[in-house]
Amino acid sequence: MARNSPVLRRRRPEGIDGFDPSQSDHSQQAHVLAVDDSLVDRKVIERLLKRSCCKVTAVDSGRKALQFLGLDEEKRSGVDDLKIDLIITDYCMPGMTGYELMKKIKESSALREIPVVIMSSENVLARIDRCLEEGADDFIVKPVKLSDVKRLTDCMIRENRSNNKAGQFYDRAM
Amino acid sequence: MNSEIDRNKLHGQAGLTRQSLFDQGYLDEQFVQLEELQDDTNPNFVEEVVTLFYRDSARLLANIEQALERSPLDFAKLDDYMLQFKGCCSSIGAKKVKNECTQFQEYCRAGSSDGCTRTFQQLKREHSTLKNKLEAYFQLA
Repeated sequence: MARNSPVLRRRRPEGIDGFDPSQSDHSQQAHVLAVDDSLVDRKVIERLLKRSCCKVTAVDSGRKALQFLGLDEEKRSGVDDLKIDLIITDYCMPGMTGYELMKKIKESSALREIPVVIMSSENVLARIDRCLEEGADDFIVKPVKLSDVKRLTDCMIRENRSNNKAGQFYDRAM
Repeated sequence: MNSEIDRNKLHGQAGLTRQSLFDQGYLDEQFVQLEELQDDTNPNFVEEVVTLFYRDSARLLANIEQALERSPLDFAKLDDYMLQFKGCCSSIGAKKVKNECTQFQEYCRAGSSDGCTRTFQQLKREHSTLKNKLEAYFQLA
């Protein structure tokens, strides 16, 4: 049966354009959490992700990201079955940097499997290496392009297909 | 006007205006990325992003302006503000403005008050020029 057959679409009204409906536990659109303090960049990243067929939640700080993920001590989001497939965060943000946010996520047993991608307008090799060594799954130099997002979502599909949750999905050999 | 920007079909004044913005270095490839994100579901995406940019940058530029009035100048803070602003410029493909940002940052690192002040004036001019040109373009497109 063709992947995009009308029968599949009727059964899964959430919409899976561009995604492989044959994935067993990822029948819905990928849900991406985008974190960026810049209004302009949030708008752009949101559109880039939606264009790549992702559901997007965009927040403007690391603190809000943690609240959304249910990691904030003071404010529990109360959404127990929240399923986030990817977190993409800016590096330079007031308060909590993207690096600090990534560390907190990777230190959490509940969330450490979620791939975290860091974006930065500064192409500093030392920073990139540090982020990747400390747990980031990928690093994108801004401005973010459609091809960058497509690469991430392609990796997510491959990752889901192989059901391989261990290790980084960022394939450096690409 | 078609919401999809088919550059081959964008003829007449709109097409020429658009091309000249690239030819004269006002815009770079990132602007094309924004155009590629515009479609029937988001027919005014480019204009919306540009509007957001000008609204947001007014605030960022005001911060820099204020910081430039301090004595002595806090170059680290200025550099930081400019990094933020430059990021926004980069996101919409505002090439000339971005170049002024880079210049300004170089003066910060060199600790040159004069250089910073002069470059900031030039930056504001470029920022304003681009705004006028884009507004004119959006009227046509």
